[in-house]
Amino acid sequence: MLVLSRKKDESIMIGDQIELKILSVDGDQVKLGIVAPKNVKVYRSEVYESIQQQNKESLNISKSLLEQISKKNI
Amino acid sequence: MKIETKFLGEMNIEENEVIQFSNGIPGFENIQKFVILPLEKESPFAILQSIEHVEVGFVIALPFVFKKDYEFDLSDEDKEELKITDPEDIITYSIVTLKEPFNSSTLNLQAPVVINHKHKIAKQLVLQDSNTNPLRYPIEGGMS
Repeated sequence: MLVLSRKKDESIMIGDQIELKILSVDGDQVKLGIVAPKNVKVYRSEVYESIQQQNKESLNISKSLLEQISKKNI
Repeated sequence: MKIETKFLGEMNIEENEVIQFSNGIPGFENIQKFVILPLEKESPFAILQSIEHVEVGFVIALPFVFKKDYEFDLSDEDKEELKITDPEDIITYSIVTLKEPFNSSTLNLQAPVVINHKHKIAKQLVLQDSNTNPLRYPIEGGMS
């Protein structure tokens, strides 16, 4: 992992088009500004991880539950 | 072609029923080819089954049945990626996390599965706002 130190209002570039700027530092909270092309998805990593986790959890399906939903109509 | 399914045994499916998830889905990024297997007629539920990995079979549901005002924005990039030209081309499902008892099951409204059934391509979106579109939306109440 590349480690860089930055101060408030300083930024780093990732490639030519992605800029990460330190907007403020308050205790253990850092506020970042991100400039990136629209096709670059930016997520808090826990958002993506929570979806991965939920998808994995949803594979645990018991036969009896499946039988229950097979019978449910709207 | 014949495929093994997680819940429904061996099934015969047509090549043109295969739906391509080019990015896989979160947690299963390498699994790209799925089919949708209906359950009972009129049921809002179906199975999203990998054609190559028998154990990867999700229960999915039509979210609008459970949350009538469910909505989310589709970005221009997503529209382009999914080759959406006509809203009629797409169908949206939510992955269901089934729990015992059934009423404690949840729908993942934060990550809708959007399928372009005309082009047979699909993607599980990741929405930023989990307050409006929760990761675990209770299924209870939506069923009649």
